[in-house]
Amino acid sequence: MTASDTRGAIDAVWRIESARLIAGLTRIVRDLGLAEDLAQDALVAALEQWPEAGVPDNPGAWLMAVAKRRAIDQLRRRTLLERKHEELGRELEAQREMAEADFDAAINDDVGDDLLRLVFTACHPVLSAEARVALTLRLLGGLTTEEIARAFLVPEPTVAQRIVRAKRTLAEARVPFEVPRGEELAARLSSVLEVIYLIFNEGYTATAGDDWVRPALCQEALRLGRIVAGLVVKEPEVHGLVALMEIQASRLGARIGPSGEPVLLFDQDRGRWDQLLIRRGLAALERAEKLGGALGPYTLQAAIAACHARAHTPAETDWERIVALYDALAQIAPSPVVELNRGVAVAMAFGPAAGLEVVDTLTSEPSLEGYHLLPSVRGDLLSKLGRFDEARAEFERAASLTRNARERKLLLARAAACERG
Amino acid sequence: MRYMIIVKGSRDSEAGVMPEEKLIAAMTTYHEELVKSGVLLDVSGLQPSSKGWRIKYSGGKRTVIDGPFTEAKELVAGYTLIQVKSKEEAMEWARRYPNPAADGKEGEIEVRQLFELDDLPPSEAVERFRKLGVGGKE
Repeated sequence: MTASDTRGAIDAVWRIESARLIAGLTRIVRDLGLAEDLAQDALVAALEQWPEAGVPDNPGAWLMAVAKRRAIDQLRRRTLLERKHEELGRELEAQREMAEADFDAAINDDVGDDLLRLVFTACHPVLSAEARVALTLRLLGGLTTEEIARAFLVPEPTVAQRIVRAKRTLAEARVPFEVPRGEELAARLSSVLEVIYLIFNEGYTATAGDDWVRPALCQEALRLGRIVAGLVVKEPEVHGLVALMEIQASRLGARIGPSGEPVLLFDQDRGRWDQLLIRRGLAALERAEKLGGALGPYTLQAAIAACHARAHTPAETDWERIVALYDALAQIAPSPVVELNRGVAVAMAFGPAAGLEVVDTLTSEPSLEGYHLLPSVRGDLLSKLGRFDEARAEFERAASLTRNARERKLLLARAAACERG
Repeated sequence: MRYMIIVKGSRDSEAGVMPEEKLIAAMTTYHEELVKSGVLLDVSGLQPSSKGWRIKYSGGKRTVIDGPFTEAKELVAGYTLIQVKSKEEAMEWARRYPNPAADGKEGEIEVRQLFELDDLPPSEAVERFRKLGVGGKE
């Protein structure tokens, strides 16, 4: 193996093992920041030793063993320091011994619970959405600060700062390293799912920049979703979210035209949809539905996506079912954006005039004021009704609101098409 | 990137002998790890070649040859399809694959990267292939 081969192998091991490593260490040292530092130390040791000695048979256990030694060294140093305060000395010694025993358990233990604790900690509501996203990608995805910065088109120091602050916030708030129970679980889980879907959406419809989609980010979100679904198998909404992402990701190849422009759902070549991902999505949706109970917002959205996935042409789509699903979604998770989508579905099921009626109720909605999709949808419905002047104005307004260059071009093209009637 | 881990056939797989419990357990554990890491896309085992056939082409002539086929190692007994970020990650997962042959016997796997249709030069035929909705798209 050459040095660069080994470097690649170490990166791969890190991607596979880092989350479990950090999770196991956090449970023992009770400090996320320290755990990450210890894991990084182990990584540095691997970078030093593996090029010579080769990648060990069980690289995960190797990294854990190194991190454990570092942790105990640190604990010893701290114990010696603290011994000066004699009354504390004995207690700390006992603590150290307990920690050592814990370490041995951590190596052999099922890491699933620790990983889940890490998921809930990284997505803790005490953190801002941005911080949760950065911390999740870093700790669970094993992404470097540089990779996260590139994915979100922000400077690397900004991401680094976000992560440092997030870890400090968690420490100051004394967020316990645990899986929430009872009523708290539902709220906390929804925070986790929100973070994953945020990551997915940033890849699926990049809010800024020159590219319409960034598939790598979608893949990352899908991977995180699948991981969490494997950890909390009995929660229908996790499977609902995975189903939604699998089905949406199946369209990634069809959503971009030859020169990188966005292609909207109705215009997509459905032959380009990835049937493997659709199959996986439908299976995940079935799992969510089988778990019973009222369908949650992600499962409902997945069910809507599934209606599209099953239809070979836009005309074959079961629009009435989609309207019914949006009605249900508007009941449990009402939002202007859901209402907007419901309007689109109503237009498809019952004609553009009926759809416009729904959409027009949203024009004075303050939260949609800067949202480009509202004028974009209105423009579409108005042009279908032959009201081209109004349609053009709406498309132009939508173009002025989007921050995505590709999308702006598409909207301006539609505005120009209204000119010709 | 998608990679397929191909399990080569063996005398046992060709004889339709079900793997022993220990091997099934190892395979299950391995695939559980893939699921836990969010990289498993698909997995399946293939029935013995005695239940399959080959078609040989010679110019315009086709000849059907019924299985079984000899040279078990040239045959495919199963596959595992994974989605990873790099060749190295695929290599690391492949390295952890359990020996697909029972106790101490010689087994073999082969790892191949899937073509994404975007890897192929554009042509009318490739466009039509895309319309089949098969083949990876990332």
